Amino acid sequence: MKTDAADCRLSTQVKDAAAAALLAGLLALPMLGFRLIDQATGLTLDYRLSWAAIAALAVFLGRLTLVRANGVLRRRMARPRPFAASSAGTPGRRRQIAGWTMAGVALLLPWLPFSDRNLIDKATLLLIYVMLGWGLNVVVGLAGLLDLGYVAFYAVGAYSYALLSHTFGLSFWVCLPMAGLLSATFGMLLGFPVLRLRGDYLAIVTLGFGEIVRVILLNWQVVTGGPNGISGIQRPTFFGLPFLAAVPGKTTFHEFLGVAYSPDHRIIFLYYLILVLALATNLITLRIRRLPIGRAWEALREDETACRSLGIDPTKTKLSAFASGAMFAGFAGSFFATRQGFISPESFTFLESAIILAIVVLGGLGSQIGIVLSAILLVGLPEWFRDLQQYRMLAFGGAMVLIMLWRPRGLLANRDPTIRLDDYRPAEKPANSLAVLPSTAERGASR
Amino acid sequence: MTGRPALLAVEHLTMRFGGLFAVNDLSFTACRGDITAIIGPNGAGKTTVFNCLTGFYKPSSGRLSFTPPGGQLFLLERMDGFRITRDAKLARTFQNIRLFAGMSVLENLMVAQHNQLMRASVYSLAGLLGLRRFRDQERASLDLAKYWLDKIGLTALADCSAGSLPYGSQRRLEIARAMCTRPELLCLDEPAAGLNPRESQDLNQLLLDIRREHGIGILLIEHDMSVVMTISDHVVVLDHGALIADGPPGAVRDDPTVIRAYLGTADDEELPPDIQCDLAPAAAGGRG
Repeated sequence: MKTDAADCRLSTQVKDAAAAALLAGLLALPMLGFRLIDQATGLTLDYRLSWAAIAALAVFLGRLTLVRANGVLRRRMARPRPFAASSAGTPGRRRQIAGWTMAGVALLLPWLPFSDRNLIDKATLLLIYVMLGWGLNVVVGLAGLLDLGYVAFYAVGAYSYALLSHTFGLSFWVCLPMAGLLSATFGMLLGFPVLRLRGDYLAIVTLGFGEIVRVILLNWQVVTGGPNGISGIQRPTFFGLPFLAAVPGKTTFHEFLGVAYSPDHRIIFLYYLILVLALATNLITLRIRRLPIGRAWEALREDETACRSLGIDPTKTKLSAFASGAMFAGFAGSFFATRQGFISPESFTFLESAIILAIVVLGGLGSQIGIVLSAILLVGLPEWFRDLQQYRMLAFGGAMVLIMLWRPRGLLANRDPTIRLDDYRPAEKPANSLAVLPSTAERGASR
Repeated sequence: MTGRPALLAVEHLTMRFGGLFAVNDLSFTACRGDITAIIGPNGAGKTTVFNCLTGFYKPSSGRLSFTPPGGQLFLLERMDGFRITRDAKLARTFQNIRLFAGMSVLENLMVAQHNQLMRASVYSLAGLLGLRRFRDQERASLDLAKYWLDKIGLTALADCSAGSLPYGSQRRLEIARAMCTRPELLCLDEPAAGLNPRESQDLNQLLLDIRREHGIGILLIEHDMSVVMTISDHVVVLDHGALIADGPPGAVRDDPTVIRAYLGTADDEELPPDIQCDLAPAAAGGRG
């Protein structure tokens, strides 16, 4: 009886997969099956029917496994899961462990045996996006304000640093807080007229502002250098020690430490710099989330009307979210400028905003680790697979579609409360303390 | 009515939407320590009065003066919505529950204490650094939240998401959340809607407790006559935006204008017997 049902289900699954394969075959026939060859005599047509067949077969097998796996998953998902069971709630705890592991790997990355200059460079780029994602998460994930022009603040940060160091010769460490402050101010200025709009309208207006900033950078030749950008931006120094082979009249980093000069020093330093900046962003965001202002941001995302009825000033609260998000983008921007040594408006197109937003949304709105995972997926993987050339953008789109299918609310969507009554009542529940014992024993055994 | 100073005085309130008078020249008062009920048939303008009081609408004309015990006078019609709650201390609930569904029960109560906590966190700086000043305020806020959780019987569910609570608990939580803003006047928009008789009895008890222990005024819109007649000290009846009766529950119940507004009975017709049956227990409760 049971096997009958299973067979019946299997046959429908096969039928479903066959239909998908047929469709894939039809699509693949013109795209993969025929090929034009440019010869001296003219164009000739080459047939590669086997390619189309392979594509159809791949779709058939893929669809079949997908459908079957989906059934299993759905059955597993159907089991009820307790929400916020106890203070040692497993998802929160597991995520904490994952977070510390990731931080540890990131910290040791330059010293791992397989890491080279290329890897560290890519990891640096990845961390810029992680930091931007964490910054935008304040605006989109916590406060629920859909901002499509986030890259504008990134640009403001980058240009602030470039111009300040260019015209006044200020060092990176002086410019960094100034760039953050300028970006935050800029966020407030932009936010003030915009924030009475809601949802889609806000998204459109922020999109417009993002473009306006880019167009201004492009056309204000005298100050920004227009499309030529600003080059020769001061490189960061290790508290005044430059990363150069030799500077007349000045001690360089390698001379100070008494080691041989290596260009890797600067790469590694930049990597640790962005790591510290990103982790600081993360820690501050996590902390703010537990403060009244962070809770007000989340409440604003849930219901603005109710917020107003509780005496929360919606404009001020939104502005603070906008400004904090902008500030983090400003820090990331000035790091970007010092790393590249050259900036131009081309680095701050709408595509950047879209990628950062995609990182936040796919990571699961409001989830810090989710953002790291989706940054790896959306920025890291395309960088590593540059050899695939044009197919990597296809894979990018494919990954987005897959995530949206499997996890419509993002990779890690469930949220932990910012405050728990259990933490407040010390040792009142004996059941809880009992539950802790076996787990500590387990941990001891595993060590 | 009793010569006590009014906490809230509504004078000649009019709210016009185009040619429609949702509220027309309405005047009434609500006193501290009283439960004032606003009743009336559907579309009588009750919720509009609430929206004017809490700043969601700007009244077309009229004066809403609010005098909390400090003696300061607030003219609500001139204030922004959030200032009314923050400065004048007037809190409200909504007809369709508006909790922060994705946040936990405890967080809902903490958000309600936003302004005290913000003041203690000094633009979040003291909070970021975890200074004593902020920690003490947080503890005090948690104490208040805990007090209300115990009061509404949701302590065990404090860390669950508010949206996952059963309907009756959500109603109670919304009242507790409003109370966490430490209001002088609590405005409840149909708190008993959708509750079963048992839950509605619990609600009566909760409201009576709030009045007794906190001495604040309660303004109540309600359709459930068993609630209105049992707990209110003073009933205001609206019909088509205008005041048709104002007085203690017993007097209002027997007022022929009110009966006509509700039932539309022709002239000197008697109440149908089934409605008399419905009203009898409520009347008994009202006396007790």
